[in-house]
Amino acid sequence: MNKMKKDVLVVGGGISGVQSALDLADKGYEVVIVDKKPSIGGNMVKLDKTFPTDDCSICMSAPKMVEVSRHDNIELLTYSEVKDLHGSAGSFDVDIWRRTKYIDPNECTACGDCADVCPVSIPHEFEEGLSERSAIYVEYPQAVPLSYTIDYEHCVGCGACDAVCDADAIHFLEKSEKIEVEVGSIILATGFEMMKPKEMRDEYGYDKYDDVVTALEYERLLSSSGPTEGEVLKPSDGEKPEEIAWIQCVGSRCKQKGMPYCSRVCCMYATKEASITLKEDPDIDPYIHYMDMRTFGKDFQQYYDRAEEMGVTYKRGRPSRVYKMEKGKLAIEYEDTEEGVVETNEVDMVVLSSAIIPSEGNEELADMMGIEVDENGFFESKDILTAPMESTREGIYLAGCAQSPKDIPDSVAQGSGAAGKAIETLKGRVRKEEEEKAEERDITEEEPNIGVFVCHCGKNIANYLDVEEVMESVNDIPEVKYVADPMFACSEDAQKELKEAVEEHGLNRFVIAACSPRTHAELFEDTFEEIGLNRYLIEMANIRNQCSWVHSDEPEKATEKAKLLTKMAVSKAKRLAALHEHKIEVGDRSVVVGGGPAGMKTALSLADAGHDVTLIEKEEELGGKLNRLDKLFPSDIDAEELRKDLVRQIEDNNNITVMTSTKLEDVEGYVGNYEIELSSGETIESDTIILSTGFQEIDPPGFYHYGEEDGVMTQLELDEALAEDSLEEPENVVFINCVGALEEERPWCCRVGCGNSLKNAKAIKRKYPDSNVYVLYKEMRVFGKGEEEYYADVQEEDGVIFLRYSSDDKPVVERKDDRYHVKVHDNLLDDDVEIESDYVVLAMQLKGDPSTEKLQKMLKLSADPSGFFMEAHAKLRPLEFPSEGVYLAGGAQYPKNISDTLSQAEGAASKAEIPMMKGYTKSEAYIAEIDEDICSGCKMCISVCPYGAIDFDEEEEVAEMTDVLCKGCGSCASVCPSNAIKQKGFDDDQLSAMIKAALYDEVV
Amino acid sequence: MDSDEFEPEIIAFLCNWCSYAGADLAGVSREQYPSNILNIRVMCSSRVSPEHVFESFQEGADGVLIAGCHPGDCHYIDGNYKTIRKTWLLKKMMDDMGIDPDRLRLEWVSSAEGGKFAKVMEEMTDEIKKMGPLELDGNDLSGEYDE
Repeated sequence: MNKMKKDVLVVGGGISGVQSALDLADKGYEVVIVDKKPSIGGNMVKLDKTFPTDDCSICMSAPKMVEVSRHDNIELLTYSEVKDLHGSAGSFDVDIWRRTKYIDPNECTACGDCADVCPVSIPHEFEEGLSERSAIYVEYPQAVPLSYTIDYEHCVGCGACDAVCDADAIHFLEKSEKIEVEVGSIILATGFEMMKPKEMRDEYGYDKYDDVVTALEYERLLSSSGPTEGEVLKPSDGEKPEEIAWIQCVGSRCKQKGMPYCSRVCCMYATKEASITLKEDPDIDPYIHYMDMRTFGKDFQQYYDRAEEMGVTYKRGRPSRVYKMEKGKLAIEYEDTEEGVVETNEVDMVVLSSAIIPSEGNEELADMMGIEVDENGFFESKDILTAPMESTREGIYLAGCAQSPKDIPDSVAQGSGAAGKAIETLKGRVRKEEEEKAEERDITEEEPNIGVFVCHCGKNIANYLDVEEVMESVNDIPEVKYVADPMFACSEDAQKELKEAVEEHGLNRFVIAACSPRTHAELFEDTFEEIGLNRYLIEMANIRNQCSWVHSDEPEKATEKAKLLTKMAVSKAKRLAALHEHKIEVGDRSVVVGGGPAGMKTALSLADAGHDVTLIEKEEELGGKLNRLDKLFPSDIDAEELRKDLVRQIEDNNNITVMTSTKLEDVEGYVGNYEIELSSGETIESDTIILSTGFQEIDPPGFYHYGEEDGVMTQLELDEALAEDSLEEPENVVFINCVGALEEERPWCCRVGCGNSLKNAKAIKRKYPDSNVYVLYKEMRVFGKGEEEYYADVQEEDGVIFLRYSSDDKPVVERKDDRYHVKVHDNLLDDDVEIESDYVVLAMQLKGDPSTEKLQKMLKLSADPSGFFMEAHAKLRPLEFPSEGVYLAGGAQYPKNISDTLSQAEGAASKAEIPMMKGYTKSEAYIAEIDEDICSGCKMCISVCPYGAIDFDEEEEVAEMTDVLCKGCGSCASVCPSNAIKQKGFDDDQLSAMIKAALYDEVV
Repeated sequence: MDSDEFEPEIIAFLCNWCSYAGADLAGVSREQYPSNILNIRVMCSSRVSPEHVFESFQEGADGVLIAGCHPGDCHYIDGNYKTIRKTWLLKKMMDDMGIDPDRLRLEWVSSAEGGKFAKVMEEMTDEIKKMGPLELDGNDLSGEYDE
C-alpha cells in the first residue's frame, strides 16, 4: 500500500482544479490531483472554441495541462477516485483508489499501434458517443498524461496490443491500488455534466431522432479533431444540414422537468456554436429558440449582436415539442411570443442546450466528505454571497461548476480563489523550496561537441525511414563526436547512454532526432541538467510527428527529409548557448488600489497570509458601492452589515495600512520593485499592485427626465433612499432597466442591473405591501446561484409586474401633476400600457471608474472603450495583466455581483501571493536582448512589445529591456532595423543556419 | 512518377504554441502530405522577420510559409496581428522585386487542426509546383549593400 504526505488534495482535473493546483504548487505547496478519468482536462478540452473570443479551447488548455504534468509539486492521480476521508482541517487522511491502466506511463510512447490492433469497438465517451474507440485508448490526442489506458470492462483479453507494443509498456498483472494521502486542505472541483435530456424524449426527441443532439455533442462535431473533423454533418446520414436550430433552457429554468436554475452559459455557447457554424458554412441557416437572451458578461452582448448581424436568427419563446415530418425534416413547434402565434420551424438538425447538472457521484462524495449539497446537488457554499468557495466544512473548499454553473473565466477565478483559501488551513506547514540544481559546467570557451540520437521509436520511425542513413548523414560532421540510434530515446536506458556519451566524448550539446520537442524536450533537458550541463543546449529534430508519421507512404522521401531535419538541428546546435532565467527578488509588500468590497477582501486575504498591505481609497471612507447599496442580491443581507464587518476586520489587522482620500499620481518600476507616488505627496514602495477601482453609473443628461425631476432616480439612489428609509409610501413605482444599455452607443450589458432591480422591487413590496412595482426591462438577466429562483419568487410571491420593451420602442415618461405617466409598449402582451407612478427608477448603464485612464498609462495597461481594464486573457487569465506584478479584482474588470467580486478578490490575492510567497520571480529563458551599442533609438521595438517590457532611455537615447517583463515572443527582434535585438534561443544566426542547412542540404 | 518532376523546396516557420502543435497533431492523426516542406520552429509567428523570408528565397527556397495561431488566439497577445501586417508588406515588396507574392503564404493553424495543417502543406506544394522554380534573375535579396 502506498502512502504519501501532501499539502492539498484537488479533486477534479478540469480547468478550475488545474488552476487551483498550479497556484498552490507555484507557491511551494505540494498538491495531489485526483481525476476519475484517464486524463485531466475536464469539459473544457471537449469544447471546440470558447466565447466571446472564439479562442481554440484545447490550444489554450493544453499548455496548462502540460504545466501540471511537469510541475515538481504536483502529483497526478488519474483514473482514480476518493474513497474515504478521516481527520479534520489541517490534517485529513484520504483514501484514494487508483484503478490500474495496465500500462506503464513512463514506458508508453503513445504511438497508438496497440489501438490499431485492438478488436474492440465501443462508443467513445470523449466524443460524446459520436465515434468509437478501442478498449486500449487515449481520450484525446493532446491528453495529459499522454499514455494509453486499457479499459478493463471492455477488454477481451486477446493480448494483441501486448504483441505489438515495442516499448513493452503493457503489464496485464498491474493491480489497482489504494493510496493513502495526508493533506491539510481539500479543494473540490468536480465540475459538471450536461444533462442528457432523455426524459424529454417525447418533447424534444433526444434519443429518438439521431439528428437531435446536445450542445456538447455539437461541440465535438465542430471540433477539427472531432469525429467529423470539424465538418457539421447530420449524425443520421452524414449529409450536410441546411438548417440547424438550437433550443435553449432544456432542463434549465424548469422546475417541472429539470432544474429550477439558469445554467448561465447556454445563451453564449449556443450563439457561439451558431455563429461558428455560419462562419464555416454560410449556406447553413442557424436558428436559436430562447426565452431570455442572457448575454451578460464582458463583450457578450456585442458577440450576440455580431451573431445576429451575421445571420443567426433568434426566436423568442420556449418550443413545446419537436417531431419528425413525413418529408424527413424535424419540426419545432413554438409560440412566437413576439407575434403571439403558434408556429413551426422546419430544420434538419436540432441542438439542445441542456442543463448543466452536478457531476455524477457529487452527493456520495459530499456524504463521504461530511459536507452539504444544495437542493440541486451542487456543493453548498458556507454563504453563497460572502463565502462562495468555502464548503460547509472547515478545510474543504469549492471551485468552478461543482459549486454552481459558471463560465471558464469565473471558474478560473474561483480556482485561484479556492487555492488562496486552502492555504488558511495549512498554516505552520513548511513550503517546499526549489531544488538546488547541480553546478553548471561553463562551456563558453569550449568548441561545440555534439552528440546525436536518431531514435527508432520502436517501429514508429524506423519502419518508415532509414535510421542508419540519417545517422550517416551527420556522422562525418567535425563537431559531431557521437551518434547512436536508441530504440526509445526517451527510455531510462537511453538517458544513461546519453550521460555516458557526454562523459566519454566531452559533449556539450545534444541533438535528439525523435518526436516533438513540445512533448519530450523537457525530459532530455532534465537529463542534461542532472549532469551539470545547461538545459538549453539540447535541440530536437522532429522526425516522427512531422516526418515518419506523415510521409509513411514514401519511405525514401521521408528518409531524405529526416536527414535534412537532422542537419538543420545540428546546424542550430552548433550555435546554441547556455541560457539562464534571471531571478528577481519579490518582497512582501502589496498595494491595493480601491477600497470597495473587492479591494477590502483582497487586502484582507493578503494581510491574513502575512503580507504587508497598503489599501488606497480615493473617497473619505472605505466601502465603495457598499456605502450606497441597501441590501445585496440575491441573499438580501444588508450591504452595511457586510461593509462594517469588512472594515472592522481591516481595522483589526495590523498588516493593513489604510489611506483614504488618496489617489495614485505616478508609478515607476516593475514586479518586486514599484515606486508609487501618492496624491498626498508621499512615495511608497511595493512589490505587487492590485487594481480594484470598481465601476460607476453613466452620467449623461436627459434619460427620462433624470436630473430634472426629484422622483426620477437611479437604482443606486433608490438603494440609498431605502437604506435611509427616506422614501414616501408609494402607490406605484416604475423601474426602467437597461437605461443607456444595449444600444449602439453603449452596446454592453451591465451584468448587475437586473439583479439589483429585482432586489429593490422586492424591498419595496415587502416594505409597502399595498404598492405596485412595475419592472420594464429589455432582457431579464439573472444567472448566478439562487438568482433565477429569486426572480421566480419576486414574480409569484411578491407580485411584481414585469413588462418587456424593445430598444426601438422605449418607454416615455411624462410629468402630470404630481405623478409620472409612464407609457410603454409591452412586447409580451403586444399592448400599450400606461402607468401612473410616484417614482421612476432607472437601472443605469455602468462604465469603468474615471481613474482607469490615468492608471492605464502609468502601468502600461489596456482598457476597453467602456472603461474596464483588459485582463491578460479573457478566459484563462481573468485576474492578471500581461505583465507580472499587477493584478485585477472586482468591477474594475467588469461589473459583477458580490459573490463573483469576492471570489475574484480572493483569486487576485492568491495570484499576487505567488511571487511574494516564493520571494522571487523568474524571467523567461528565451528573452530578447538589446545591444545598446547598436541600437539607433528608433523605438520600433517599444511599439510592438505587448508586455511593455522595453523602455526608452532618454539620456542615452537607446531602448532598454526589463528582462523580467519579456516573455520571449521575439516581435521586437523581427522589427529592429539595426539588428540590435537578439532573441535568445531563436536568434538570427541560429535561424539563418537552419534555413541554409535546409536549402544547401548540409550542416552549416 | 516522373523523377524529373520539379520538387519545390519550401521553408515553413511555425509558431510553437499553435501551428507547430498542429503539425504534431497531423502526425498523431497520420495525415499524409508531401515531404517538400521543412519546418522551423519559432516561439511566435511575429518572430519571423523580412530577412528570414528573403534569405530563404535567396538561398534557394521556392516558397515560404508562415503559420501562427488564429487571430485572437496568440500566446503573446497580438503577435499574429503583427505578422499579418508584416506579411502584407512583404508581399508588396516581393511584387516590386518581381517575385510572385503567392510564394509567401500566411496561414492560421491551431493546435487542434492537424487536418488543416496537412491540407495547407498539400495545397502549397501543389501551387508552388505549378509556379515552377523561383528564378531570381540576379536579384539580390540579401539586404547587403556596398556603402
